Amino acid sequence: MHLAPGRFVLWSWAILVLAFLVLPLFVIVPLSLSSGAFLSFPLPGLSLRWYRELWQSELWWRAFVNSVVVGTAAMVIATVLGTAAAIGLELADFRFRRLLTGLLLSPMVVPVVIVATGVYFFYLRLGLTGSLLGLALAHAALGAPFVVVTVSATLAGFDRNLVRAGLSLGAGPWTVFRRIVLPLVAPGVVSGALFAFATSFDELVVAMFLTGPGQRTLPRQMFDGIRENISPTILAAATLLVLLAVALLFAAEGLRRRSLQLRGIRD
Amino acid sequence: MTAATAHPAVSHLAATALRRHVRRSGRRRRLAAVGLTLPLVAYLLVFFVLPILGMLRLSVANDELATTLPETTALLRAWSGEGMPPEDVLAVLAREMRAAHAARTLARLAKRLNVESAGFRTLVLATGRNLPETPAGSWTETFLALDPEWGKPAIWGALRRAAAPWTDLYLLAALDLERGEQGEIRRVAPERAIYLGILGRTLWISFLVTAACLVLAYPLAYLLAGLPERYANPLLILVLLPFWTSLLVRSAAWIVLLQREGPINQILQGLRLVDQPLQLVFNRAGVLIAMTHVLLPFMVLPLYSVMRNIHPSYVRAAISLGASPWLAFRRIFLPLSVPGIAAGCLLVFILAIGYYITPALLGGADDQMISWFVAFFTLQTVNWGMAAALGTLLFAVTLALYALFARVVGVDRLRLG
Repeated sequence: MHLAPGRFVLWSWAILVLAFLVLPLFVIVPLSLSSGAFLSFPLPGLSLRWYRELWQSELWWRAFVNSVVVGTAAMVIATVLGTAAAIGLELADFRFRRLLTGLLLSPMVVPVVIVATGVYFFYLRLGLTGSLLGLALAHAALGAPFVVVTVSATLAGFDRNLVRAGLSLGAGPWTVFRRIVLPLVAPGVVSGALFAFATSFDELVVAMFLTGPGQRTLPRQMFDGIRENISPTILAAATLLVLLAVALLFAAEGLRRRSLQLRGIRD
Repeated sequence: MTAATAHPAVSHLAATALRRHVRRSGRRRRLAAVGLTLPLVAYLLVFFVLPILGMLRLSVANDELATTLPETTALLRAWSGEGMPPEDVLAVLAREMRAAHAARTLARLAKRLNVESAGFRTLVLATGRNLPETPAGSWTETFLALDPEWGKPAIWGALRRAAAPWTDLYLLAALDLERGEQGEIRRVAPERAIYLGILGRTLWISFLVTAACLVLAYPLAYLLAGLPERYANPLLILVLLPFWTSLLVRSAAWIVLLQREGPINQILQGLRLVDQPLQLVFNRAGVLIAMTHVLLPFMVLPLYSVMRNIHPSYVRAAISLGASPWLAFRRIFLPLSVPGIAAGCLLVFILAIGYYITPALLGGADDQMISWFVAFFTLQTVNWGMAAALGTLLFAVTLALYALFARVVGVDRLRLG
């Protein structure tokens, strides 16, 4: 294939940028498999000792369990409220729709330290600091906008005639919702739920403000470890989190395609 | 027989019925819309809006004197402010200060007054400890005997300001300003003026990161937008992968990569580009590199989605009319991609000014941004007024930029992935 010089420069640039984006994530993988304690190449040998250390650490397990509990609770709240709101926004052409969308999506852009400070002062009065429940409630507010966005995306270009057809053929509104609307938005709901879970699972600032040593989450455990001294154990945990990210990404991408297919849009 | 050929009155009746029917179904839809949206709106009001409003309120809150010395507060508000307050006010002050000392609530007031001027903390605490139940002579003499500072206007000015329902003390301090003796606004002494520098640093780092993201992302998005989807999509997945990866994982990865014995320095030394390992982390360079990496997907995606919708026939038309490819790009493609540039730059900048974790992990003491100081004042020194004031400043900047984003780009473009 013949490449014009301009195309060649463009491709080189793009490959370098993609490498910049992706390679740092994979540099940690071999280091986490090192048999030595130093984080530099060449590796003295390969071993799974750091993974074993991670597996046997009660601190890491507790942090993991806490994060899963908080993430799941936040995900459920965010998904239920976010899905309903996205459908509501789609139904409405009320005047405040733009303003309302702006409000509903604002947790995505407001600096998280502001939310953390505000919620911290708020919880001090309610006595909700130092509880996983309080953290999950705050995380749900941060995750809900992602659900609104993904569900709205599956609703965009939603063919209302499908609903009319269902109604005219004698189905009740609930049946129409269950048999027509829900299957069509389901991929958006699930990928929004994944987003909400990932948001909570990776959230550190609010967790730092609201929780004590008894409610340590995974990001908190990572943060303290990175600040003290990066050990291969942390890189082992980081590697597992990269694998989780790959899984989440492929799940979200698969859902996006399924949604396009369902709506008859060829990808 | 259709409605149009029927008697006018009949058709009028039918039209009214139809209109009523349409209106009713419209109303039902609106009701459903509100009913479905309301739960999330209410939830965000409680767990997002209300806490932020509470923080904004804290930045002007001034209730230390009112809660510790309530009667004195009322009297000081009514007092003219000249010289020392009259005997009856001093008597109430003495009684309430003794009570506050006994109840151990005086420390909070002492801390608040110390913000006005260093030294008032000791003055208030020592006086509260030593005040007698009955005055030795007049109350004026008693106070002066405990500390001659009570004869100076500074402490009374501070007390009167602490008696006001609100204070602009913290907000002014966040802008390196303070009130002078006469209540005029002036700059603080240069050695105490740090916050404008921090704000400037925050904006400057955000600007550099935004510029770096644009330079890196534009050619990539351009290339991807010109590819058939079956090639573009897998490459886009590579852009999305860091986006789904934990921020802490990315920070850890960059520390490992950039440290003195890390792979980047090893490569640079192996290629004999440098003799000594470069200091790439725990300084500004580390912050800029890692923040660019974290925010790059937020630039690529809006650029890509705008460029994808620029029809190639425009550029082809320009070229067929004799423009060089470069001229066609500059005059046709580039202007059409401006909405993507605006969306990406605004989004990256808005997200960047709130950054906390990445600078905290990869920066040095001089690379911390405004968020770091909000956290520091909240959690370390428990100076909530200052934390709230800096938070308010950051919030105001963010809100202004978000409003700009909503106007220029539209909130429905706020899709991340």
